[in-house]
Amino acid sequence: MLKIGSKSFSSRLLLGTGKYPDFHSQKKAVEVSEADILTFSVRKMDIFDKDQPNLLQELERSDYTLLPNTAGAATAEEAVQTARLARASGLCDMVKVEIIGCSKTLLPDPVETLKACEMLLEEGFIVLPYTSDDVVLARRLEELGCHAIMPGASPIGSGQGIINPLNLQWIIEQSSVPVIVDAGIGSPSDAAIAMELGADAVLLNTAVSGAKDPIKMALAMKKAIEAGRLGFEAGRIPKKTHATASSPSTGMIHS
Amino acid sequence: MKLIVNEKEVTVPDSVTVVKDLLHHFELTDRVVMVEQNQEVIDHSAHTVQPVKEGDQFQLVQFVGGG
Repeated sequence: MLKIGSKSFSSRLLLGTGKYPDFHSQKKAVEVSEADILTFSVRKMDIFDKDQPNLLQELERSDYTLLPNTAGAATAEEAVQTARLARASGLCDMVKVEIIGCSKTLLPDPVETLKACEMLLEEGFIVLPYTSDDVVLARRLEELGCHAIMPGASPIGSGQGIINPLNLQWIIEQSSVPVIVDAGIGSPSDAAIAMELGADAVLLNTAVSGAKDPIKMALAMKKAIEAGRLGFEAGRIPKKTHATASSPSTGMIHS
Repeated sequence: MKLIVNEKEVTVPDSVTVVKDLLHHFELTDRVVMVEQNQEVIDHSAHTVQPVKEGDQFQLVQFVGGG
């Protein structure tokens, strides 16, 4: 079970709901992923065009935990206001702190992220910061009281996979709160490796929504994350620089 | 009564006295809508009692797909 704050979740896949090619594939991908936690963004309504399909209106909301993000915020204050708006729905008390500090790389602003987390924790939110794979920053976020640490595998939407497994491993080793690898996952094997490294969960969006068949990819990610977790729990063999036969070396027929 | 809603000036009938009436006026009562009034976030539980006054500035926001 994945435990965040006082809540437990059976799925270790957190699924983003953005940029699917159509409403059907968005809804179906969510369904087959069997994710418990779904991320959303908070945006102004077009009050004169209310008939756009909206996933949240179609979901059985009691089946899911909403994880709103603060995407669009450039400062801690903007992120906090977005989080307050999300919580005012009465539907969630968790927030993914996402404060982008660079429009080219979409890497998070560490200073504003730290500040926002402090403010949100004071206001009683369950705080999950999206952060770079900086080991020291991850430790500082945990010391603040964040309920999970969400280091990126690589830049958002890049599909580059895990570009610094060593940093992720260090973050995982030092953390006593869940580590959720967030951003940059491109393929099921990327997600499986994150889990094999010992991550508690993976959050992904574009890898599914941008796939040729998002529904099939949602299923693939679910299986990859389950497989990776099982592999981690089972304990892989060490890598060796010599071969070791797996068949018996005695009783050969042709000796 | 004139209000600013999502940066647009709108005129609503005088029967709009609380936030819930405003959402009803825009036919939004069956949707998940979060409300900011003059930069203050209004909790959903206060929609039935929070007064709406001439010249108030509202942001009506919703959850949309995001990662």
